Amino acid sequence: MALLELKNVSKHFGAIHALNDVSLALEAGEVVGLMGDNGAGKSTLAKIVAGNFRPSHGEIRMEGRELVMHRPVEARQHGIEIVHQDLALCDNLSAAANVFLGRELRRGVGPFKVLDYSTMYRRAGQIFAELRSETRPRDLVRQMSGGQRQAVAIARTRIADARIILMDEPTAAISVRQVAEVLNLIRLLRDRGIAIVLISHRMPDVFSIANRVVVLRRGRKVADKDVASSSPEEVTGLITGAIEHAL
Amino acid sequence: MDIQFDDGVKRDRFPLVSWLTSRQAFWVLLAVLVACVFLSFATNSFATSNNLFNVTRNFTFVAVVALGMTIVIITGGVDLSVGSVLCLCSMILAVVMHEGYNIWVGIAASLGTALLIGLINGLLIAYLEIPPFVVTLGMLSIARSLAMVASNNTVVFQFGPDQDKLLFLGGGALVLGIANPVIYMLVLALLTGFVLHFTRFGRYVFAIGGNEHAAIVTGVPVRRIKVAVYMISALSAGIAGVIETGWLGAVTTNLGAGMELQVIAAAVIGGANLAGGVGTAFGALIGSALIEVIRNSLGLLGISAFWQGTFVGCFIILAVSFDRIRNYRFPP
Repeated sequence: MALLELKNVSKHFGAIHALNDVSLALEAGEVVGLMGDNGAGKSTLAKIVAGNFRPSHGEIRMEGRELVMHRPVEARQHGIEIVHQDLALCDNLSAAANVFLGRELRRGVGPFKVLDYSTMYRRAGQIFAELRSETRPRDLVRQMSGGQRQAVAIARTRIADARIILMDEPTAAISVRQVAEVLNLIRLLRDRGIAIVLISHRMPDVFSIANRVVVLRRGRKVADKDVASSSPEEVTGLITGAIEHAL
Repeated sequence: MDIQFDDGVKRDRFPLVSWLTSRQAFWVLLAVLVACVFLSFATNSFATSNNLFNVTRNFTFVAVVALGMTIVIITGGVDLSVGSVLCLCSMILAVVMHEGYNIWVGIAASLGTALLIGLINGLLIAYLEIPPFVVTLGMLSIARSLAMVASNNTVVFQFGPDQDKLLFLGGGALVLGIANPVIYMLVLALLTGFVLHFTRFGRYVFAIGGNEHAAIVTGVPVRRIKVAVYMISALSAGIAGVIETGWLGAVTTNLGAGMELQVIAAAVIGGANLAGGVGTAFGALIGSALIEVIRNSLGLLGISAFWQGTFVGCFIILAVSFDRIRNYRFPP
């Protein structure tokens, strides 16, 4: 049984069909590259999985059980995390504060609770060590490199023991060396049995790390195949429409 | 933030020094101390217990409001209505007590009014997404006008049976000869500092100012926090209004006129960043103190009070350009 399954999902905004009858299955420990041109429906698909939108038609199943989500918080409760393209970090806060943002640990009695700084620093430090990142929990995010910032955003998904992580263009705006860093992070997560959807424009990243590549064009799924049996040329053709459907 | 302190410990040979010199409030504190030392020698009248009693008390009203304003500024907002809200709250207190109610009823009515106004400001800003500048500018006008309505634009100076209690509340000195308002200010500042750094609410205030979008997607209840923040700001104006009424012993409808600018100046001089994300309770006090020391010293040195605005204005500009000046002198 698939960890996450989308069955005939469509999303309409008025007359605009952002997503049309898309089905997709995701297994644990699998990296799926989700590709497509601007407006192909990638982010709509991501937002449906992340609980921002409800599908107009079709259903989402997690381990066979139907998921009905109204808010992003509910997706989180089901173990679905999203790493936003802009990373959604607060520059003025420390790495640990960002990791625990919205899920702060507190201690105290009854209604008198204070932030549990020491536990959050320690736990964030453990996660960074686990991610083999040099990021220090007490450093301000403002002073960090692109790769470190990515590590902070990814560390967020680790405090909740996410089972599915959606990554929106994680390698779009960072240097070559940092891209390698981020791809290593993704491998680490994959090896822990997490299913990853990698939304990306970058062909080399998808082909170096994904097991499967899914291509969307104008809201329809036009390809869903093993990376080994495809090629960057074929995928480019599928994205632009030069190739109508994958064989 | 103490986060930066810890950060410094790992890197520098003199962590405390580099932490201190990176804090705007430290430099302002230094300016205040230098001014005080200078005035002690330059004049006979500065370092007298009478004058110091006056100086410390005079800046408390601005400082208390600046504490609330600092929280608003950290979220990236601004509250222009505080001067008028202070006036309205003073007037409500005065009118209610004048009618013969006891002081507790008066204070409850006054602070209740403040919370209601803060609630309206907050709801309009957080839920209708009207810019804070516009909402609080409107409230500046409304609150001042309501104060006139409540008093029929007269001066209220008789406060009914509890008059003595009210005058002691604002004008007395309960502990060690320190003016009561100073005690209130210190307690409120400690409370503000605690809330900002040790509670989840405080963390969210900084998060909203740092990156509001990030706060939303990580599940921070941004709207509720914003409403609370404007309620705190109005409440701080209300508290200052109650204390100031007790000190002055009379309320007029031009009380607190133009005070919002002085309060914002104090917060900014103390290190609050109008772009959001940065600010401290201590900075609010120090900023207020600096403005009062400037005001007081001009008087003692025999310089015309007309120069006051020039000095305060220079400090505002200096404070805002602080980061750039520092980075210019010590390139990263």
